[in-house]
Amino acid sequence: MTIAPPAPGRLVDQLERGLDAPICLTWELTYACNLACVHCLSSSGRRDPDELSTDECKSLIDEFERMQIFYVNIGGGEPTVRPDFWELLDYAVDHHVGVKFSTNGFRITRERAAELAATDYVDVQISLDGATADVNDHVRGAGTYDAAMRAMANLQAAGMNGFKLSVVCTRHNIGQLDEFKAIADRYGAQLRLTRLRPSGRGADVWQELHPRPEQQRRLYDWLVANGDQVLTGDSFFHLSAYGEALPGLNLCGAGRVVCLVDPVGDVYACPFAIHDRFRAGSIRSVGGFDTVWKQSELFLELRSPQTGGACTKCSAYDSCRGGCMAAKFFTGLPLDGPDPECVKGNSETSLSLVQSRPSASGDHSHTGPVRNAPVPLTLLTTRPDKACDESPLVGLRAGS
Amino acid sequence: MPSELSTGMLDQLWELDGSVSLRTEPFGALAYHFRTRRLSFLKTPELVDVVRRLATSSSVEVALRDAGVPEPHWPSYLRALQGLATGGMIRRRDTA
Repeated sequence: MTIAPPAPGRLVDQLERGLDAPICLTWELTYACNLACVHCLSSSGRRDPDELSTDECKSLIDEFERMQIFYVNIGGGEPTVRPDFWELLDYAVDHHVGVKFSTNGFRITRERAAELAATDYVDVQISLDGATADVNDHVRGAGTYDAAMRAMANLQAAGMNGFKLSVVCTRHNIGQLDEFKAIADRYGAQLRLTRLRPSGRGADVWQELHPRPEQQRRLYDWLVANGDQVLTGDSFFHLSAYGEALPGLNLCGAGRVVCLVDPVGDVYACPFAIHDRFRAGSIRSVGGFDTVWKQSELFLELRSPQTGGACTKCSAYDSCRGGCMAAKFFTGLPLDGPDPECVKGNSETSLSLVQSRPSASGDHSHTGPVRNAPVPLTLLTTRPDKACDESPLVGLRAGS
Repeated sequence: MPSELSTGMLDQLWELDGSVSLRTEPFGALAYHFRTRRLSFLKTPELVDVVRRLATSSSVEVALRDAGVPEPHWPSYLRALQGLATGGMIRRRDTA
């Protein structure tokens, strides 16, 4: 909501020059995760040995309070696997820092749901990437659909209203938008749709999962029709080039109104840009987070006027502003050119010329087997011709 | 033109809701309601000044005058205040 008496200049122009503190700060609390989703933005799985201690986390919360950062979005990894997660949640609330945390729901028991429902300062966001178990579990792992449903039922039973159901839009679930809305309605939740990014492990599955052009149009039309009832985290401003702007600020907030603090205290321009190129500094350095936010070279650069490059010639530039910086970077495109999913098709040529994509600066993916791990393969449906002694399929024969 | 309701606000007593915090920013301020988790942008420093004065002013009109808002601009300020009221950011109070 924007409250506006006659004002000089547009709010969006002012936001592009940056704020004294972020509006939307994401804090990945741990790289540890009990799942291994194929599209994980932060390539999470294993805890980093250098993750912030409980005391360091509390000091950071104190700093958020001093900077009047009203709320933080806590994620991971799976934040609830940190043994001090609930303690930190209470600490944040006691220090007037509201928390919305993202979870796969496995640990949202009835008891936890009741605790969460008891405070207005905490909001919960359950991740679900398919309105049916087959679509969801394909990317998030076996049993994750049921876990999310259980968590939502627990939250609803505890009287928690308007918690978030968060969906990453993929090629496989664009056709399920109405169903997602129905699920959210059924549990008294609010639907949140976000864009798939080619960040972290998302880079590995981008080609298979990112929506096709006709699906992007379908998503845009759906958002125009239902936009006032769903949250998008300003995810889809690249789609505004279709015509009418979507609800939201419609700008890249990286380093301007948005940033990310990772589990070891490194500060990045946005949650989709965990890479050395977008690392602004560390909360462990002198001056802490405040200094990184206000003075880092990277953030000052992001707040300076951007050129728009090739895009400035396009009639839609005012609506889409060239799209998502992280999406361009991780698909190997120049930052001052079109988004890889440019709806005008302006990135097709440059995408076809991309020689190499940036390699990851860090990876905390599980190295061994993970319970529930997704199997994003097309399973063999025909039996092998010849049985082999070592094979668990020994004894089976074609046609038997 | 302001709605009847917002014109009516001129004589009334209002204040920032107890669950709302304001954070000053170059463009004005951000208002955040901790219970409803709503975020609003107060797009000019003058509007922020008016909002901050509400709790200690004997009416909205006094807050507008003390903040130095010229009378021709009152309708847009009243609309902005009405928006804040609808969002629960400011609330009526009983005593001066």
